[in-house]
Amino acid sequence: MGLNKCRAAVAALLLPLLNGAAYGFAPSDDNFPPPRQTDYEIQTPTYLSDYFIESSGDSAAPDSDGFIRRWMLLEPISKPNRSNVVFTDSYLNEVLDSVYYKGRLETMPRDGEKVRVGKGRLVWHALDSRMFNVKLYRFAAALKKPVYGVIFDAVTIIDCPEEMRDVRLSVGSNSASKWWLNGEPVLVLSGDRRMVADDCMSPRLTLQKGRNVLRGTIINGPGMSDFCVRFVDADGRPLTDFSTRNR
Amino acid sequence: MKNGINILLAGAVALAAANAAEAQTGRPFIHDPSTIAFCDGRYYTFGTGGGGLISDDGWTWRGGAVRPGGGAAPDVIKIGDRYLVAYSATGGGLGGGHAGRVLTMWNNTLNPESPDFAYTAPVEVASSLDDEDCDAIDAGLLLDPTTGRLWLSYGTYFGFIRLVELDPATGERVEGNEPVNIAIDCEATDLIYRNGWYYLLGTHGTCCDGANSTYNIVVGRSRSVTGPYLDNIGRDMLRGGGKMLLSAGNRKTGPGHFGRYIEDDGVEKMSFHYEADFDQGGRSVLAILPLLWHDDWPVAGENLRDGSYEIESQRHGYALELAVDFVRMPATRHRFWEEDNEPIVPIESQKLEDVIGGWGEGPNGVRLGDYMFRPHQRWTVEAVPDAGGYLGAPYYKIVIEGTDRALAATEDAELECVPAFTGSPEQLWRIEQLTDGTYRIMPKSVPGHETEQLALISVADSTPTLGRFDMNSDNSKWRFRDR
Repeated sequence: MGLNKCRAAVAALLLPLLNGAAYGFAPSDDNFPPPRQTDYEIQTPTYLSDYFIESSGDSAAPDSDGFIRRWMLLEPISKPNRSNVVFTDSYLNEVLDSVYYKGRLETMPRDGEKVRVGKGRLVWHALDSRMFNVKLYRFAAALKKPVYGVIFDAVTIIDCPEEMRDVRLSVGSNSASKWWLNGEPVLVLSGDRRMVADDCMSPRLTLQKGRNVLRGTIINGPGMSDFCVRFVDADGRPLTDFSTRNR
Repeated sequence: MKNGINILLAGAVALAAANAAEAQTGRPFIHDPSTIAFCDGRYYTFGTGGGGLISDDGWTWRGGAVRPGGGAAPDVIKIGDRYLVAYSATGGGLGGGHAGRVLTMWNNTLNPESPDFAYTAPVEVASSLDDEDCDAIDAGLLLDPTTGRLWLSYGTYFGFIRLVELDPATGERVEGNEPVNIAIDCEATDLIYRNGWYYLLGTHGTCCDGANSTYNIVVGRSRSVTGPYLDNIGRDMLRGGGKMLLSAGNRKTGPGHFGRYIEDDGVEKMSFHYEADFDQGGRSVLAILPLLWHDDWPVAGENLRDGSYEIESQRHGYALELAVDFVRMPATRHRFWEEDNEPIVPIESQKLEDVIGGWGEGPNGVRLGDYMFRPHQRWTVEAVPDAGGYLGAPYYKIVIEGTDRALAATEDAELECVPAFTGSPEQLWRIEQLTDGTYRIMPKSVPGHETEQLALISVADSTPTLGRFDMNSDNSKWRFRDR
C-alpha cells in the first residue's frame, strides 16, 4: 500500500478511504494516537557521506560482484512527472535523448564542471557509491536538489586490459533508464521500474581494449531513485577484471 | 442496435460464467487485505481505511468487520485465544511523507456483535521518520511455530523492508530489539514458515492504478527469519530479488498483500487483493486461491474452472465412471504388420446418444475404470450460483457431460449418479486444490453424516466411496484432466 513510487497522481483518489490524520483527516477514534507530525519538515536530513565517497583520482575496480561504484553524477535535471507510469519506450527515447545541455551524451565531464540547463546551472560530482547501487535520491537530497520529477545523468570510464567480446551490460534502475556504450545506445529500461540487480541486459557487446565510455540517464517521478550496473560475461558471470575511473 | 446489445449482454454473461469460480461473491471490495482470520465460525479480513469484510462461508463476503484507527494495510494473527491486529497509522508516501508508525492492538474476538468485542489501546511497535530509508507501513505478522517468537515485517519501496521482534504475550516490541533490513524495493510484505524455510512474500509493481496496476506478488526464502531471503536464482531480496508468485490474469490486475491460511493438512489458501477486477467494474476485490508447494516454493493454484473432465483417482489412475455397460466401438482394425495404403479416415469419438439408451433412467452406480474418453467417463463440473461455498471457492455440481445426471452422496456414505441435479446438499461438491496440485473432493453434506467431513476416496483401485480425507494417501486425491 506504499504510495511512494508512482502514486502521487492516484493518492488523492484514495484519501477519502484513509481516515487517519496522517492523510489530512482527523482520526475517527478519539483514543487512537495522532500522527507523529502534521506539517512537513525533514527530520532526517541526508548526508552525502552516508551514501558516497568522494572519488580519488585513481582508477578503481568494480566490487567483488562486478558492480560499478565509480561514477560522475550530474545534479538532477528537472523533468516533472507526477507518475512513473508515463515512461513508455517512445517517451524515453524522446525525452532521454534530448540535449538538455551542450555536449550531453558526447563529452566526458570533469568533477565540479557546471553545465547550463535552462536558466540554472548543474554541477558534476565525481563519487564512489558506498553500496552496490547508486542511490540517486540520496545524491539529490544531500545536495538539497529536487528529488522527484528529475533526470539523472551518470558517466564512467571502463578501462579494459584486453578486448572483451560477448559481454552484456546488466542494469537495474529506479525508475526508467537508458544506457549508451561508446556513444551507442545499448539498453532501455522502460516503465515504472524498481531497481533489481540484473533486471535487464543488453545484447552481446564488445568492450574494446583501453577506454570505453558508459553513460546512463535515469528518469524518475515520485519515489526512490537508484541504479546498479555491472557487466557479465558470456556465461552470465560478473566481470571484475577491468577498472573504472571518472576523471 | 438491439442485436448489438444482445451480443454485448451475451458476452457479459459468458465472461461472468467463465469466471464463476474465480471471484468471491457478495461485496468483496477491499484494498490491502490482512491475512484472513477465523473467529466464532466466521472469516474476517481487514483492509485499508478501517473496517473490513466478514464471511460466513469464506465465499460470500460483506462489510461489517471493525478495526479502529484508520490508516492502512493491517494484518491479523491469532495468538492463544486472542487476536493481534497490526496496522499502519501513517506513512505510505501520501502527501510525500514517509513518516510512519506501526501499531498493534488486541481483541478477544473479531465478532463486533460479541459482548467481548473490545480493542485494547494501540501500542507503537515500529516507526519511520520522514525521510529515512524505510517507510513504516504494511505490517506483516509471523508467529514462528518453531520458537514461539513473534515477528513483524514492514516497509515499502521507499528504502528497506524491515523486521522487528514483538512480544507474543503483549504485542509490544521486544525491549532492545533493533530492526533488521531484509529486502528492498517491495511492499506489502508477509512472513510465513514451512518445512524449515522462512518465506518473505512481497509485492512488486505499481499499486493503486486500477486496471493498469502492475502489482504482483513475489517471494524469497531463508533458513533464518532474519534472512538473507533469496529468490529461485539465488538473488537476495536486498538486491531486489523475488520469485514471482502471482501476476495479473483472468481479467484481474494487480495481485498484492499476500496472506496464508492453513485450512487443513494439505489444504492451504492464499488471500490477497486484485487492484482491479474487470468484471466488478475495476474495483479492488478480495481474492483467495489455493496455495500449492513445489520444491519448497509456494505456487499459486487455481480454482477448478467450469468444464468437462476425466476425474482421475491418484491411487491407481483409474477414472470415475458410471457403472454401465462398456459399449464397444465399431472401428475398423488394421493389420499393423502389413503395409497399409488405404486412405486415413479419422474415427469419431463415441457419442452420448450412442450409449445413453443403455443406461436406464437411473440412479446409476459409480465406479473407477480405465479411462477411454467414453461418455460415461466424462464429467461436466460447474460452479453452482447462489449455492454458497467454502473458503475461496463455490460449490460445484458434477454431471455426466451432456446430461443432468449428477454425482451424489448417499445415506450410507457411498456414491451414485442421480437422474437429475436438484441442488440438494448431497449433490453439491467442494473441490479444493491441495498443496501438491491434486484435488480434494467433498460433498457439501452426506445424509445422516452431517457432522462428519467426508471426502471422495478410492477404497480400491476400481471402487470409490466416501471416507475420511488423508493428505498422506493417494486414495484421497484426484486429478481433473481434459483429454
